[in-house]
Amino acid sequence: MTDETTTQQATKRDDAWAKPVDKLTVSDAPIGAMNLNVDGRGLTGPLQGFGQLWQKTYRIRLEGAEVSPQDVVAYWKANLPSLMPDDSRFYPSLTGVKPGEVLLINATLPGMPGGMPVSTGVLVLYADDEAFSVMTPDGHPESGFNTFSAYDDGGVTVAQIQSLARANDPVYEFGFRFLGGGAQQERIWQHVLTGLAGNFGISNAKVDIKKVCVDNRLQWGRASNVRHNAVIRTTLNAPVRAVRRLFGGGAPA
Amino acid sequence: MPTANITTNVRRVNGASVIDIVGEVNAAADEALSAAFNEASQDGVKVIVMNFTGLEYMNSSGIGVLVTLLIRAQRNKQKLRAYGLSDHYKQIFALTRLDEAIGIYDSEAEAVSEP
Repeated sequence: MTDETTTQQATKRDDAWAKPVDKLTVSDAPIGAMNLNVDGRGLTGPLQGFGQLWQKTYRIRLEGAEVSPQDVVAYWKANLPSLMPDDSRFYPSLTGVKPGEVLLINATLPGMPGGMPVSTGVLVLYADDEAFSVMTPDGHPESGFNTFSAYDDGGVTVAQIQSLARANDPVYEFGFRFLGGGAQQERIWQHVLTGLAGNFGISNAKVDIKKVCVDNRLQWGRASNVRHNAVIRTTLNAPVRAVRRLFGGGAPA
Repeated sequence: MPTANITTNVRRVNGASVIDIVGEVNAAADEALSAAFNEASQDGVKVIVMNFTGLEYMNSSGIGVLVTLLIRAQRNKQKLRAYGLSDHYKQIFALTRLDEAIGIYDSEAEAVSEP
């Protein structure tokens, strides 16, 4: 391998990472997306949240599908919104799933009849041919990373989602533990993986889930994260959106 | 899983343990780094320094592996430090806010001498 080739590979790998940012910026919200609680927010990783830190790994084996890990990840990046369930909509920017881009998320969380709406988003932290990762902003239900990847396991391509995250504040921790938030999260990622497998002609594969509590402590020093809580802020903003709609204020804010 | 492409070496300097990391830090490096961390933690060592001078590449899963090492260090009341990071990876540590919990130093001497 020449020095030039090595340098090119190193540059390509470095470009897989998002550029440093202090605050997230959403320049143009995709049509239909509610853009709240993302613009101007800082990022929060697994160390900055409140609740127990969990590593959850969801895997599906694409047994019998003639598809490479790179093909799977390329399809995943291009079709992420359509793979999500109706109660967790992702809105990539026009640029798509690329390092540094922001994906807006409009979801409904359990906890009350009809669910609680939440407008949030994530930053594409990392993306290469075999994986992409997103990182959460202040106010998001979780604080941490989600990595979507595919790899070869003895000739079978395996698609995987791995989250390393904790609830961002005490309200979310309560919701994850006692109001069905944790179960909803598992259902969402199972939906994504079975949908992904279905695209490659695999209809009966089971999603394997492995959960490890990496840190069972609550970080009480982070309890004040609740001031950014995106569910509370989205709910409080509902009357404003209703008035805007009533007086023809255009697309939802 | 991706193939592991990492070697580690643990040595003792001024009462601290230094883990020399050569190769790639990704999901496949979990086992090697975990074993090195265990070795570095022997005899009640309270400061563990990761030497990234030989780091060839780190992806987002590698950052996750470092988070799990950090949690183990916090549980053991140990300090986890790093030196030898390129400017690019210093930026990645800042972006992922890992630098708020892992001390970043310019040299091994600084990393092991700080109380």
